[in-house]
This record gives sequence, C-alpha cells and structure tokens, in this order.
Amino acid sequence: MEVCGTHSHAVGRHGLRQLLPDSVELVSGPGCPVCVTTAGQVELALELARRGAMVATFGDMMRVPGPSGSLAGARAAGGDVRVVYSPQQALELAAREPGREVVFVAVGFETTAPAVAAVAKQAPAAGPSGFSLLGLHKLVPPALEALVADEEVALDGLLCPGHVSVVIGSEAYRPLAERWRMPCVVAGFEPEDILLGVAMLLAQIADERAEVENAYPRAVRPEGNPRALALMEEVFEPTEAEWRGLGSLPDSGLKLRGAYAALDARERFGLAVVAAPEPPGCRCGDVLRGRLRPAECGLFGGACTPARPVGPCMVSSEGACAAAYKYERTQVVRG
Amino acid sequence: MDEGVVTLAHGGGGSLMAELLAARVLPVLGVAEAGEDAAGVGRGLLMTTDSFVVKPLVFPGSDIGRMAVYGTVNDLAMRGGWPRAMTVGLIVEEGLSLDVLDQVVASLAAAAQECGVKIVGGDTKVLEAGRGDGLYINTTGLAEALLAERDLPSLGRARPGDAVLINGPVGEHGIAVLAAREQLGFAAEVRSDCAPLHEMARALIEELGTGVHCLHDPTRGGLAAALNEIALASGVGMRLEEGAIPRRAAVEAACELLGLDALQVANEGKMVAVVEEGMAERALKVLRADERGREGAVIGEVTEGVAGRVELVTELGTTRIVDMPSGELLPRIC
Repeated sequence: MEVCGTHSHAVGRHGLRQLLPDSVELVSGPGCPVCVTTAGQVELALELARRGAMVATFGDMMRVPGPSGSLAGARAAGGDVRVVYSPQQALELAAREPGREVVFVAVGFETTAPAVAAVAKQAPAAGPSGFSLLGLHKLVPPALEALVADEEVALDGLLCPGHVSVVIGSEAYRPLAERWRMPCVVAGFEPEDILLGVAMLLAQIADERAEVENAYPRAVRPEGNPRALALMEEVFEPTEAEWRGLGSLPDSGLKLRGAYAALDARERFGLAVVAAPEPPGCRCGDVLRGRLRPAECGLFGGACTPARPVGPCMVSSEGACAAAYKYERTQVVRG
Repeated sequence: MDEGVVTLAHGGGGSLMAELLAARVLPVLGVAEAGEDAAGVGRGLLMTTDSFVVKPLVFPGSDIGRMAVYGTVNDLAMRGGWPRAMTVGLIVEEGLSLDVLDQVVASLAAAAQECGVKIVGGDTKVLEAGRGDGLYINTTGLAEALLAERDLPSLGRARPGDAVLINGPVGEHGIAVLAAREQLGFAAEVRSDCAPLHEMARALIEELGTGVHCLHDPTRGGLAAALNEIALASGVGMRLEEGAIPRRAAVEAACELLGLDALQVANEGKMVAVVEEGMAERALKVLRADERGREGAVIGEVTEGVAGRVELVTELGTTRIVDMPSGELLPRIC
C-alpha cells in the first residue's frame, strides 16, 4: 500500500503501474487529509460559514461535499470562505479585520501540524483577536496500525509517506514492523524514489524480513525533525479522532493543549459533534482502507467525477479516485 | 452536485464551464459554432470578445491593460486574423487609485500601438466600492482574415498524422499571478509570458497556408484544456511526448509544491499549432525565428485514437491521460 495520496498521484502521473509486474499491486491508502475528514467534520466548517465567520481553508477542502453542500457552495451562496496557502495567511486575514471571527480549518497530518502550532503560538500574543482553529488534524501511525490490524485488509508492505516522515522520522514505523511484522519503506515522490521503495519492499517480502527502511534519506532522518515535533508537543495533545473509513481511533488526532485551548473554534462557537451519513453509494471509506480500488466503486466515472464529486477521494488532488480518473481511466474504466 | 448557483469552478475554463455554456447559454442564444477563439462574420472579417479579471492588476511581467490587448489580439490571430481595431470597456470600482488607472490605460495604449491595433471606442462604468476587484476590462476585437473563411485555422480541423507544436514553456502566467496575489515567495522569480502572437501566427500561415489546421492559445485551463478542446472538436486522439514539452524549472517547482499540474496552468503568450503531416520542421523553424518562439517545440501528434482523448508518453516510456481540468485550480494541503 502506498499510504500517501501524493504517492498515488505520482504513480498515476508517471504511469508506474505499467512498469510493475502483474504480481505487484499498489493499493492507495488513507494518506489524503481531505479524504479522511468525515462528512460531519465538513459540516462543522459549513456551520461556521453559516454563522457569519470568515472560514479560511486550504483549497483542497473547498469542493468536498458535506451533508449541506460544500464550502465552495457556501461561498457562492454569500458565505465568507477564503482559500489560503498557509495557516499564517489565515492569521494575517484575522489581523487585517479586527473584531471579525476568522476560523482556520486545520486539516492535515503531521506535515501541516507544526505550521499550525507555530501560528497558534503567535495568535494569543497578537492581542484579543477573533482568530480560532477548527482542529481536524490527524496522525498517520495510529491509522496505519488500525489498517494492519484489520484482517479484511491484506497488505504485504507499506510504502510510507515521505513528507509526513520528514517530521515524524522513519523510526515512527518501527512498531508496525516489529509488532505486526509489516515491511515498511519510507519513499520520496520522484518516480525513481517510488520504484526504489517498491523494490526494497519486494526484497523484504522475498527475504521474509519485516523492517523499517528509508529510501528517502536525503529528506528523512530516523528521528524526524525534533524542532517541529517539539512545537507540536507544546501546542497539541493527542486525542481520539474520527476518520472516514476507519472510524474513531484513540490518540489519532490533535487537540489544543492548556493555554492554547482558547483558540479552539469548537469551544468558541459551541459547536456540537455532527453525526452525518456518508453520501449514498459513496465507498470512499473502503477506498481509504485499501479494500476497494477506485474503479470498483459503482459511482466511479459515472455519478462521481472530478467535476461533480460525490466523495472526497474524487475531489482532492491527493485523492485515490481523482488520480485514477485523471491519469488511468483508459486502463480502469471498462466499456 | 448542482447547488442551483454558479460557482467559481464554472469559470475555470474546464469541463464545468463547457457544460454550463452547452446547457444554458449557447442553445438559448442560437449559437452553433462555439469554443473558437474568434468568429468569421463575412466580408473577410473576424470578431472576438473577451473580459479580463485578474488580481492583482499589475503582476510580474505584465498588467491587466497589456493583457487585455494581447488577449484580444491573440484570439483574433488564432483564427488566422490580422488584428485591426478594438473597443475597450472599463468597469471601475469606486476607490481605484488614479495612479493605477493611469498605469493601466498607458499600458493599454502602448500595447495597442505595439500590435498596430486602433482603439476605436469604449465605455466606462463605475461600480460602488466593494462590488468589483478594482478594475475589469471587456474588449471587442476586429481583424482581417488572412485566408478565405473556409481555409482559416479552426479547432475542428486536426487530422490524424498532424503535428502538434507549442512556442515555449507552459504555466508561467498562472504561476506569476498566483505568486503575486498570494505572496508566494518561492515562485517570485516567475514572470507572466503575456505577449502578442499575431506576427508569429501570420508567419506560420504565410509559410504553410492551409497546412495550418488549428491555432489555439492555451489560456485558462492551460495546455491540457487547449489540446482537449482541439481533440474533442476534431474527433481525434492526440499523443504527446512529455520530454518534448518546454518547461521552466521555477514553474515546475511551484506546481510541485502546490499540487498543481503545469499543463493545466494558464498562459498568456503561448500558441498551440496543429499543422499538416510532414510540415512540422517548417513550422518549428517559423516559431523559432520569432523571439516569442525561441523555445518552440514539436510536442506530439494527432492520432486515430479514442476521439477527444489526449495521452502523454512519460519520460519513463509509460502512458497516461492528460485530462481536461474540471474547474478552479485549488492547491493541495501537503
């Protein structure tokens, strides 16, 4: 399984499947932050827009359908929804409009969490501001542990995410290799990086080894980035989080710690957890667990396309369905 | 998911916009031939119209004034027109600085003079503050056709065996504007490719005559949209060589970081030319003789493959689809 959505897209974009023997199948995993955000969590952001807050979000979130539409739809209907490129920009928006409630939708994995932590540290010092965070961050290792423990998901190896590993380090996967006997290789994003990672996984499988290996040493160290980790540790604490497809997993999300809790948009707006059903027919949850290939979903390429996505995996530039549709649909759509 | 309103994705120059026009606009207006950059109106004349909305108004490499003239000139040139005259409508938001207005108007004038196009009229409206992004420009352009109307380059004239060319690297304009608007420091050195292409287009038509089958400027939606439009309109397939497509390292790096595809990013000084089989070398020579085509290249060929499908052979020798962008380009998270 290639865990990371950026890997899935690189596989499609470079046509790497065509270079692999038939006995090797690459399965997309849960490494797409937008995709693992649940419909109920999207609804929280929509609720904030309805209440008149300025909602700042990464572009990927804009078109993810929630039970009452998408953030793009909320913007078209007059809601103040802004696309930002960094959490810092959201803080600047708040500074420019004092007195205005500005909420940054903090979606992402360990890759973006340190940048959000840095912004959280600046925010209180910036005086009484209307800036807050809708924290939807998720942590990759607990999700992988849930996947390898799931007997319905039969994986032979994990191609571990390069960007996340820059922060958490390759050692983070050791429990997976040791406790679950799951070969793990951290890989970069160039086609050569991915092929090297796959080759190293195949060698482990052939040798019946289960180790953590690093095919991306130019960016990833065993211990990760200690400064980024310290920043995350200072601002956040692990908490139970709800994942699309994987359900609720203990210690797989991040919540603002102590002094930073004042920035929590859930508290500030008194947001209640929304239980929202997934869109009818949408099997993103199974795609994210590697149980279903995108083209095997009944909606793929028909009712669900990038122009009219039903599920998040078809929206995001890291989504498995979007990659399959965009690059490989000659090979994957029959008829 | 139809929310009953127009969204920004409808304006992205991709499949959603095409659907919107085909379902709700063109049939009502009785327009049959759509999607061309300009239309023949008889008497050897071509017309086009275009609207320019860009934020910021001034960006590295160009500004909205220059863009309005070049954009209009290029649309005419892509149908084999020699631009003669244009009108300019200015829609100004209350509060626009007079210095900026002066700069844009001076830029309009200079660009029109450079292109030999006479600005023959215009209109000015002022909107109250908060109802516009400073300044919008709408233009109408008129050109003399360089060939008889039935021989003019058109999106529907690509034939299997034809060669596909482009005059330089893709994606510069879109990344330059994005970087200026969002203050993305890492892409600061990218400049818009905004430039008039009528001389290059005319040189190509003079050299190859009716052998120039299609000309198209890959603006919104980028090279991917332009090629998909040609393949769809002509009912042909297309195969590109990834390694042959001219690239700029800074654009590639910015796209990589933002999760964008350079093939889907807008250009304002690029021209796709589809020319008759066997004429590729002559066409390339013409492109490279122009200062705006020094990095021109033959990037692929028209095939009998699935109609409307554009494929790309990667540098690894594998094949993938080059998809029509669906809507607004939205950067990814990590």
